[in-house]
Amino acid sequence: MIDLLEVDATTGGARLIGGYSPSSGHHHFPLAPVCPYTGADDVERSLLPTTGTLWAWTAVTTPPPGYDGPIPYGFGVVELDEIGLRVVGRLTETDPSALREGQPMHLVAEQIGDVTVWAFTPA
Amino acid sequence: MSDGVEIIGTGIHPFGRFEDRTVTDMGVAAVSDALADAGNPRIDAAFCGTAYSGVAAGHRVLTQLARTGIPIVDVEAGCASGAAALGLAAGAIRSGERDCVLVFGMEKMPKGMIRSSFFEPWQEQAGLTPAPAYFALRAQRLMREAGLTKDDLAAVVVKNRRNGIDNPNAMFRKPVTAEDVLASRVVCEPLHLWMLCSPNEGAAAVVLRRGDGGTQLRAACLRSHLPGSVLAESTPMAGIDDRDITPPSALAAADAYAIAGLGPDDIDVVECQDTDAARELLAYEELGLCAPGEQAELLRSGAVMLGGRCPVNPSGGLLSKGEPLGASAVGQVVELVHQLEGQAGTRQVDGARTALAHTVGRGANASVVILTR
Repeated sequence: MIDLLEVDATTGGARLIGGYSPSSGHHHFPLAPVCPYTGADDVERSLLPTTGTLWAWTAVTTPPPGYDGPIPYGFGVVELDEIGLRVVGRLTETDPSALREGQPMHLVAEQIGDVTVWAFTPA
Repeated sequence: MSDGVEIIGTGIHPFGRFEDRTVTDMGVAAVSDALADAGNPRIDAAFCGTAYSGVAAGHRVLTQLARTGIPIVDVEAGCASGAAALGLAAGAIRSGERDCVLVFGMEKMPKGMIRSSFFEPWQEQAGLTPAPAYFALRAQRLMREAGLTKDDLAAVVVKNRRNGIDNPNAMFRKPVTAEDVLASRVVCEPLHLWMLCSPNEGAAAVVLRRGDGGTQLRAACLRSHLPGSVLAESTPMAGIDDRDITPPSALAAADAYAIAGLGPDDIDVVECQDTDAARELLAYEELGLCAPGEQAELLRSGAVMLGGRCPVNPSGGLLSKGEPLGASAVGQVVELVHQLEGQAGTRQVDGARTALAHTVGRGANASVVILTR
């Protein structure tokens, strides 16, 4: 499994490990060997902003194949502050009616079985 | 030498659930019907679209029909597998290498949410792979940007299920009301259970031959996603941005229109990917049937209903037929050949001369096929 998250052992704060290509000016996540937009090989490891705004959201009410975690769980897209990158992933809020477009969100780490995964929670 | 490609025979095994039949049984039924319909010609190659049937699945079918010895190639391109097979077959004829080629698609899908080796095990464990959730995010965005409501999504289901009543090869043949659809359980808000198609089983086949007559296969185009499509069927794990990115369905449509020398206004009947109700509405825009954001107007105008200017999914669509991945696109083509030949019975689109079939799915793979008569 690739490194996705850097979790501070002291504070528990999480950062997404992404990439940045100076020649394309694009960030991406997860870190890829070349810029996913241009193929440029100048990708630098980049810790991404931990805050953003909610762009789309839903809740998963039936466990998908291979998943043993809690049901329901939130799922959505957050547009990260500063760089505008949209990241798909889990949301800690399981009730879609409790969320709204543009709502401020921040990154947390969630433990689902053996896997540590990124998630967003209302700020 | 002619560079046209005629469709000279079609066959289909109904789409549904058939516990006593193997995928090979269903493939044999569809292929033998198509070969008989074509007058049992000598075929010099075969392409089989399938995603879940295992090694040399096409060979297993053709062995039973004593049609081996020729090149037999299984083709996997997600939900567009059958169309990818069709494109390879048409190309082999147009290049001059082959004269008569069999194309078939078949599938026997597990029940429930589709499991795909597309994903890494950790992604499944982390809950990042639920296809309906990606559909829901895309639906929510489309509803916001095009001013659509859940009532519009329900109207698509009602339309397609109404059309499916008359299709003997469909899985669901009972009408539903908008109230029924909205009363079915929420799978992933805003999508209710009846707004989602069912993965299932089935097979379909066509025989292609070099020639300028009959029903012509004018284009069979396959494209994949460009970098950045956050909600495209590539199902990105995360981290991409689709502002100003052309989706693969629109790329495939542009290719197909250019090759056929036709535009969206020339098309009389469409079969499109209604994996979920919002997916059909998004296809209207991607295929050029309406301007971006004008789905509601097109739907409410009745143009896409049977009897309208350009009926969409007269077969009942995937919402009625279910979706056996490899068979899906070939099944659309079988339906459209029947339409162009005036053989679609009570589903007939009067005077249809041009037809378009669209699929899109995992990969992302998107296909657009254009037929004329």
